[in-house]
Amino acid sequence: MLLEKISNARGVSGNEKGVRQVLREAVAEYCDDIKVDALGNLICYKKARTATTDKPLRLMVSAHMDEVGLIVTGFNGDGTLRFGCVGGIDGRVLVARTVLIGDTEVPGVIGCSPIHLVPAEARTKAVDADKLVIDIGATDEASARKLVSLGDYACFAVTYEPLLDGQLRAVKGKAFDDRAGCTVLVELLKEDLPVDLYACFTSQEEVGLRGARVAAYAVDPDAAIALEGTICDDLPKEQDKTPVTEVGKGPAITFMDRSFIADQRLVKLLTSTAKAEGIPCQFKRAAAGGTDAGAIHLAREGVPSVTVAVPCRYIHAPASVLSLNDLENTVQLLAAAIKRMNGGLA
Amino acid sequence: MKEMIKELVSAYGPSGNEGQVRAIIESLAVKATDDIRTDSMGNLIVLKKGTGGGKRVMVAAHMDEIGLVVSYIDKNGFARVNPVGGVRIPSIMGTLARFADGTVATINREKAMTKGNEVATWDEIFLDFGVDSAEDCPVGIGDMACLDCAYADLGKRLVGKAMDDRISCAVELQALLEMGESPNDIYFVFTVQEEVGTRGAMVSAFGVEPDLGIAIDVTLSGDTPEDDPFAVVLGKGPAIKVMDSGSIAHPGVKNWMIKGAQEMELPYQLEVLKFGGTDARAIQMSRGGVPSGCISVPTRYVHTSVEMVDMDDVENSVKLLKGLLSKPIAF
Amino acid sequence: MDTAALLQEFSDAHGVSGYEDAPRAIAQRVLEPLVDSMRVDALGNLITFKKGTGDANGKHRTMMLAAHMDEIGMMVTGYSGGFLRVFRVGGSDPRTLVGQEVVVHGVRDFPGVIASRPPHVLSAEDRKKTPDWNDLYIDIGATADEIEGLVTIGDTITLRSSFVKLSGGYAAGKAMDDRASVVTIALCMQELAGVTHEWDIAAVATTQEEVGLRGAIVSAFGVAPDAAIAIDVGFGAQVGVDPNISIKMDGGPCLSIGPNFHPTMYQGLIDVAQKREIKIQSEVIPGASGTDAWGIQIAREGVPTALLGLPLRYMHSSVETVAIADVERTGRLMAAFIQSLKGDIELDAQAKE
Repeated sequence: MLLEKISNARGVSGNEKGVRQVLREAVAEYCDDIKVDALGNLICYKKARTATTDKPLRLMVSAHMDEVGLIVTGFNGDGTLRFGCVGGIDGRVLVARTVLIGDTEVPGVIGCSPIHLVPAEARTKAVDADKLVIDIGATDEASARKLVSLGDYACFAVTYEPLLDGQLRAVKGKAFDDRAGCTVLVELLKEDLPVDLYACFTSQEEVGLRGARVAAYAVDPDAAIALEGTICDDLPKEQDKTPVTEVGKGPAITFMDRSFIADQRLVKLLTSTAKAEGIPCQFKRAAAGGTDAGAIHLAREGVPSVTVAVPCRYIHAPASVLSLNDLENTVQLLAAAIKRMNGGLA
Repeated sequence: MKEMIKELVSAYGPSGNEGQVRAIIESLAVKATDDIRTDSMGNLIVLKKGTGGGKRVMVAAHMDEIGLVVSYIDKNGFARVNPVGGVRIPSIMGTLARFADGTVATINREKAMTKGNEVATWDEIFLDFGVDSAEDCPVGIGDMACLDCAYADLGKRLVGKAMDDRISCAVELQALLEMGESPNDIYFVFTVQEEVGTRGAMVSAFGVEPDLGIAIDVTLSGDTPEDDPFAVVLGKGPAIKVMDSGSIAHPGVKNWMIKGAQEMELPYQLEVLKFGGTDARAIQMSRGGVPSGCISVPTRYVHTSVEMVDMDDVENSVKLLKGLLSKPIAF
Repeated sequence: MDTAALLQEFSDAHGVSGYEDAPRAIAQRVLEPLVDSMRVDALGNLITFKKGTGDANGKHRTMMLAAHMDEIGMMVTGYSGGFLRVFRVGGSDPRTLVGQEVVVHGVRDFPGVIASRPPHVLSAEDRKKTPDWNDLYIDIGATADEIEGLVTIGDTITLRSSFVKLSGGYAAGKAMDDRASVVTIALCMQELAGVTHEWDIAAVATTQEEVGLRGAIVSAFGVAPDAAIAIDVGFGAQVGVDPNISIKMDGGPCLSIGPNFHPTMYQGLIDVAQKREIKIQSEVIPGASGTDAWGIQIAREGVPTALLGLPLRYMHSSVETVAIADVERTGRLMAAFIQSLKGDIELDAQAKE
């Protein structure tokens, strides 16, 4: 299963080589050209196969390879490691966690003080993330340095696995934001499409949409679609307020977020395609978050852009959950919509 | 000019939905030139070709205004919204939201009777369309609204929504229409999506690739009761920007503007704003950098539906812009 | 080159963000004999070029060196009687400003003082507060009648020159951030004078870093380099700062690790430092570095970028302190690194993985 391989691969922002390797192998046979740029973006080109015009649309479809994670910033005398967060991580999810450090995946744990020793009034407060350290079992700095180097990146030790084999076909894994998008993009590369497809597996999205920005400058596309694993807040609520997205209700289309306003032609193309093909889809019902589209749509003279996402519960926490139905419907929707781009954008 | 201002500020055009404003501007701009194009993001780029030997100048005023976007519709047909641009909640309470097709809704907060004196959060704001179910709600997710217009002509001063930045669109248009011969190729650009981060100016500046950038935008006015100290006031002329948090005007461009105003004997003020940013930033940072400055129209109550400008300032801004651009430019 | 003399001249020059004429003139004079050409771009960046030999196939690649020459300061926003109202340009720290001597760059340079109310009239509570910008006034000794003819809204204000050589090879000044790094570039170019190197060099004294890396962003677009090194100051160990987040004074330039920095650039600099026995140190920056390197990395199609951090105490005050030996080490390291570059080196190691 591709999602499993991609999800389990390592790729904290700035150090995407692990996941890039997996992706490169997965796409090699479908692409006409593959390159890696100065920021580590994997840019895959597949010439239009079914275009009926001389100048097929240059379409950039991006999904970011990087994931949030940790980086080792120093060594303590007792053998523990100081660390920083790469990308936005809720400090509360770091406590009582196993991490894997560096290319050799040295295991470590992030502990906290025993509840018995915490005064009653402090128990309701979140643990101060700045004071946490990683314990790899080393007893002094020198032995820690034998296993780990300054600047080593650490990932959460979470393994992909299917949850209940029910209606949702739910699966659990690490970094579905945005390995879900990467999986969709690999599937799209297998399709015969009427556009010149630039499939960009981007780097450094989680630290500021940096990979997509330079990739879009290089590709200079006519239009772009960013694929994401997006926020889902569908836990039971007493109020009739937005869940942002809901698992099992199909791909989520962004109308606007902090980073961009979606191109209305692309939004219409997606919603009308979904309707015509009977594919479920939903809007991302909050103008929250930012995606690679925020960087891409401002490249050079501007690029009409939209974001389509697989709803993922618990993103930016170690283990996220998605529905394989949503994943497959996202592939179908994108493939069907791109097939309608033969004559360019309406 | 007042008629044009009224028409422009009354038009609907939150960021990303500038089509109605663009249509009005285009219909007026064609009287001056037929070299008009709209780029992929929706910026309207109007070229007034020069007689030769001058500079390639980009003048930018933004068409978009702040607004609201529908993010969720509950089962009873009430809509939840997110802000588009820098909307302050207290200043929208008690106004109407207006959508592209003219649909209006009231803007309300939860628990208005008990918490009405507290500032609401966006989670507590909702729109009421006068319907009872989600099925009857006349708008969809992603639809945007502007604040409804409360236009008033107070004689010397005008009040309305979206003076930010349609007043500058009017200044640009008027300068374009009155413009005689000039050695300079002047790109009058009416930009989109300024309120969400000068996005339209960024891509249009890349396309135009100018030698000089001038943004026209509103600034604040420091002359209302117990206001924070701010040296710019209503009625004392256009403000020549020195700095805001988005950009520092090119010193040469700033001095060229000052000298121009002095030579034309036009009143002007100098502006140092502690926050904010304009399209000048986007143009300045384009490609390898562009010398840029900004002419500001002093405006009271910016980002409300009762923004107030002074007609003398407006007319002097037109004169300043026109005068600066009609001669060879040296800075 | 006399490093201390250069540090003094650069640090004492006045040039807040956007108004870098004085330090630029010094940089022009110092670099002119060491480079082949120079230009000033629309944002005032000084961009100097020195040609390399090119590789065996005649292909030229460009290494951009960037250090910013602007300093934090203030700008006049209005008048209140004969006093000036001001606001910060860049991250000026109001805690350090009360009672400081300044230069107001009006129709001519006026000495001035940042006003402080006598402690006698202040409540104990007020004495503990940091003043708000609306409460800071500058006094040049003018009356309300005189002031408007002498100083205009938008005029800049800098701290008075304050260079002082301390013992132990240290020196303090008002604008070591980041003019000391401009000096490292000069030292690097001096080392490379008359020496052959394959790569072309674009040595850039950037502007407007303190207000958002603006000079670096546009100059990197203009230069379109194949790789870049930004040089900026880092938090040197001092009283009151956690030793875990500071770097050693006199410990050599600090090489940064993190998403902002290309791993092969980092490794290349380390290798050269070890070979040449130049003292260096390392630190990790997990995200935005807040330096020119952050802007340069994403210019055009992306630039492999490194950051050298010059250890400095008391950042953003009028007594920024550096170890002169660190300045010299940084210049030597860059020169040695540039000389070591052959062909594409390992910059595209990621592509070949």
